[in-house]
Amino acid sequence: MENKKMALIATKGTLDWAYPPFILASTAAALGYEVQIFFTFYGLQLLKKDLSGLKVSPLGNPGMPMKMPFGPKWFKGINWNIPNAVQSLVPGYENVATTLMKQTIRSNGVASIPDLRELCQEAEVKMIACQMTVELFGFDHSDFIGGIEYGGAATFFEFAGETDICLFI
Amino acid sequence: MNFDKELDARGLNCPLPILKTKKSLAELESGQILKVSSTDPGSVKDMQAFAKQTGNELLSSAENNGEFTFLMRKQ
Repeated sequence: MENKKMALIATKGTLDWAYPPFILASTAAALGYEVQIFFTFYGLQLLKKDLSGLKVSPLGNPGMPMKMPFGPKWFKGINWNIPNAVQSLVPGYENVATTLMKQTIRSNGVASIPDLRELCQEAEVKMIACQMTVELFGFDHSDFIGGIEYGGAATFFEFAGETDICLFI
Repeated sequence: MNFDKELDARGLNCPLPILKTKKSLAELESGQILKVSSTDPGSVKDMQAFAKQTGNELLSSAENNGEFTFLMRKQ
């Protein structure tokens, strides 16, 4: 099979949106694709050395099922659907939601984001950070992991123009 | 059937079974056989797709009580 190519643009920085780029990239790499991911705007959060800050918020997120990851099966099946108005009033709500999400992920044998990112790097997925948004948000190169490149849109297009799959996440 | 290496991917979900299969295959010589056990129902189709796209041969795919066993020969 001749070498297929895939380019991804990662623009989101929450825990739930961290999964699509890393899962797609690692799977494509396992299938023999050459993969590049361009991280821009909030996607830069996925390149931080410390990923423990990644959060997920159910606020204004009507598509997100809110189920408890513990307890008997009938309990786990309840969708709690807490109204936005209540969510916004409870302090620490996001942290609770993030913790429960991480527990759900772990108990289902799904890899953590740090593990997935490491698998991507091992598989030689090229990760490029958008230099413009690095400056825009006042980040420093030392905030991010090593082994990544810094570039602009034109850098990304050099590879993206030749890809078989190009996705915006 | 005989196999040269065994990978226990039980309890792991997408994309880990495929990623670990790729890693394990890299440690084998051409023609050797890898046995993979998985509990992820999605892995059935995934292993077929992986074999088709990478040129490794999926010799067999079996299910026993929610546990899936695959034999893959390295290209």
